[in-house]
Amino acid sequence: MDGDGAFSTAIQLILSADPVLAEIVALSLRVTLSAVLVSCLIGLPLGAALALSRFPGRGAVIIVFNALMGLPPVVAGLLVYLLLSRSGPLGFLSLLFTPTAMIIAQTILILPIIVSLTRSVVDDLWREYADQLRSLGSSATRAIPTLLWDGRFSLVTVILAGLGRAMAEVGAVLIVGGNIAGHTRTMTTAIALETARGDLALALGLGIILLTLTLILNTGAFVSGRIAERVAG
Amino acid sequence: MHGALSILPLKVDRLQYAARGAELIKGISFELGAGARTVIMGPNGAGKSLILRLCHGLLAPTGGSVAWAGAGAGREGAPRRHAMVFQRPVMLRRSARANLVHALSLAGAGRPDRARRADEALERFGLAGFAGRPARLLSGGEQQRLAIARAWALKPQVLFLDEPTSALDPAATRAIEEMIAGIHADGVKIVMTTHDLGQARRIADEILFLHHGRLVEHAPAAQFLDHPSTKEAGAFVKGELLW
Repeated sequence: MDGDGAFSTAIQLILSADPVLAEIVALSLRVTLSAVLVSCLIGLPLGAALALSRFPGRGAVIIVFNALMGLPPVVAGLLVYLLLSRSGPLGFLSLLFTPTAMIIAQTILILPIIVSLTRSVVDDLWREYADQLRSLGSSATRAIPTLLWDGRFSLVTVILAGLGRAMAEVGAVLIVGGNIAGHTRTMTTAIALETARGDLALALGLGIILLTLTLILNTGAFVSGRIAERVAG
Repeated sequence: MHGALSILPLKVDRLQYAARGAELIKGISFELGAGARTVIMGPNGAGKSLILRLCHGLLAPTGGSVAWAGAGAGREGAPRRHAMVFQRPVMLRRSARANLVHALSLAGAGRPDRARRADEALERFGLAGFAGRPARLLSGGEQQRLAIARAWALKPQVLFLDEPTSALDPAATRAIEEMIAGIHADGVKIVMTTHDLGQARRIADEILFLHHGRLVEHAPAAQFLDHPSTKEAGAFVKGELLW
């Protein structure tokens, strides 16, 4: 197996604008970005609330979210599979082996990352801001949007951590999506399949495209963050 | 002041504060009336900042009481009639003007009211030129002036200032002292801490001298600075190291 072959395969795949490849890339992006979006909508306010609130058992909740950052994707996939399978509690929704199931599984994987890292960022900010904001009459609840907005540059990195996990993940989407061609096949599941079939050049070519996409998304986020930071201080 | 009933005098009665088993404020009583500029002095660790925080409501006393005259003056959620400026101003990552608008919004001002009062405060203190600048990129002195303008915009009856110039150079200190004088001339009660004797001489009408969490002297400024009546205050005024 030579790297040149993989590289030229990757280039050929891109140049040929293969519709099957385009479909796989589009589905990968759709699943991953949807999961990141849902995780942010839930995780950013939840993480900030966890940083600002004081209740019995708070330490335990923080530990659980921290631990869940290391949740094995196949286990998350298995849980969602059991939940959505025909005989499962949510079987009536017929979501198993659909992109929606994949989004749910990835959300379960990313949410703990967003919650835990957001809590840590907001914790630090609150230490600095608490007296001033309370002096101005802000309640802890009212401080959540203020702190999320002030932590926006650090939170970009938090979101990228979640995005990275989702982009790289194969176990969960394989189990709940089923790697069905033209329906639930993503970059990572396609790579797993082509490797198993022995078409290493195609597998590596897909890998190069996946890496490039990840690089582009991260560059975009990093550069826009830097520019915004310079403008806003 | 501002058409509202006065929240003064402020009555502090046998105030105590302890944290992690250490008694930091050991039963302090005093009364602050309208008008006079009160300066709280004392060496580091005397409890100056704690007194301001306890009066402002940022800390809850572990004993004794802090009582304002008007009913509900310190009530949670009610618009506060006293504001505070900290030693190191905390500005949000947004423009200078947006920082004022944010504070006014927390104080419950309506949308058009916020914009008008923010501009008014910037104008009043010659900060209009900074309005659109990111507040965090201003110098320390500019940020502190902005913090005072922000506090003024809230139309407090009492303004607490916790060593507002201790991190600043003489020019910035002078600008801050002018702002404080102007705000006092508006009829706002000034309560500030400092360990700078020169500043106390320039600003204070009356002085509260704290040492080791106790109120050692409460006297008119000239009397305290020229003829302190206790040994500790005498040493402090002479610039001897006190601990």
